[in-house]
Amino acid sequence: MTGLAVEIRDLHVVRGGRRAVDGVTFTVPTGQVTGLLGPSGCGKTSLMRCIVGVQVVEGGTVSVGGIPAGAAELRDRIGYVTQAPSVYDDLTVEENVRFFARVLGVPASEVGRCIEAVDLADHRTQVASRLSGGQLSRVSLAVALLGSPDLLVLDEPTVGLDPVLRRDLWGLFHRLADAGTTVFVSSHVMDEAERCDRLLLMRQGRLLADAAPADLLESTGARSVEHAFLTIVDTVS
Amino acid sequence: MSARILFAVAGRVLTQLRHDHRTAAMLLVLPCLVLTLLWWMFDDRGFGFDNLGPPLLALIPFIVMFLVTSVTTLRERSSGTLERLLAMPTGKLDLLGGYAIAFGLVAAVQSALAVFLSVWVLGLDIAGPVWMLTVVAVADAVLGTALGLFVSAFARTEFQAVQFMPAVVIPQILLCGLFIERALMPPVLEAVSNVLPLSYAVDAMTTVATTSSPGLGGVDGSVWGDLAVVAGFAVVSLALGAATLRRRTA
Repeated sequence: MTGLAVEIRDLHVVRGGRRAVDGVTFTVPTGQVTGLLGPSGCGKTSLMRCIVGVQVVEGGTVSVGGIPAGAAELRDRIGYVTQAPSVYDDLTVEENVRFFARVLGVPASEVGRCIEAVDLADHRTQVASRLSGGQLSRVSLAVALLGSPDLLVLDEPTVGLDPVLRRDLWGLFHRLADAGTTVFVSSHVMDEAERCDRLLLMRQGRLLADAAPADLLESTGARSVEHAFLTIVDTVS
Repeated sequence: MSARILFAVAGRVLTQLRHDHRTAAMLLVLPCLVLTLLWWMFDDRGFGFDNLGPPLLALIPFIVMFLVTSVTTLRERSSGTLERLLAMPTGKLDLLGGYAIAFGLVAAVQSALAVFLSVWVLGLDIAGPVWMLTVVAVADAVLGTALGLFVSAFARTEFQAVQFMPAVVIPQILLCGLFIERALMPPVLEAVSNVLPLSYAVDAMTTVATTSSPGLGGVDGSVWGDLAVVAGFAVVSLALGAATLRRRTA
């Protein structure tokens, strides 16, 4: 596994006539868990869609592993979890994962491995529409893990999950990062920030901060990332 | 294009249908019920069923597959699975072709049942080879699938998608020669009906039902010509449908 670093320069995205991303520049290194934190509607999803190559970009550049984002050769190297679980709700857990495994051309053994990685082995024959919201988003995550992609782009993958499971999944993200995968996770829950190796704070389409959690707390003198966020917003305005 | 992905999509669509017992049952049973109703309506008069049965065998797979496909594809677009598939190595034609194969197969089973019922139970008189009716029906179904895929790009909701039925399908039913022979229509409408694919589908079905010929497949050469037109429309619709799929959206 090589990992795919992401490099974003002066990115501008317009969605629904609004500046969703407004001049953002940063890099996501390989082998780390980088967190993108900010309130709902701050442009996290647009940013992630740019990296995956499904977003129309207004200006700026996005490259993944030195290749322009969205290039055909990247399509089987990126695992992407959208905010709303993108799975077929009339298929079982296993049928969903198996279908995407076929599309990606990964061995059938990956199906069981990825279902187990998200702790859904007991539900593999259950139809997706009968699953809870948290279980559904884990099916979506299992699909993203297929074939051990070099870059994982996860849009709020742990929202609404049981704390124990949340801890396990963050453990999984770190194990993947340790093995060289680039992991890029978004969340609007500030307390997840401490689980990241590096943090990007975002608000109203702009980047507020780019630092390790400890450095962020030190430089702002805040007790928590939430306080740090408020401190930065207050200083800016 | 990738055969692996093409068949993965087709297999997945069929698996979805297998889970949806009600839809599967309606796809297979409803055409038979409609044909039985038609047969019963004309009772023993002997003329109506023989005249209207073949066009109906062409219309049903077209209408049903048009509806089913436009709604299914719209669900794919709105559930985010389309975005996920297009972020993967899926080619646009893999996706559309997969749908066409899956619904083509369903249509084959559907029309085999309908043809069996019409010919051997309800006594529909067929001059040409009976299997040819199923071939034409499958072509009609693929046409319906292709048009459904195309128009689903212009609908935001399933509610809108269903409204394309009166817009795209009903004019074709009116002008296909079912109600009045196409040659007897006002010249403008005859010209319009000449560029609508369903006219050729119905012509092909009617020719198989009323004539036999020593030619290829035991049918008149015009049947193959009509089939080629139907297939051509299906291919063009699939290509247009592919053009409406965008990997990058705003």
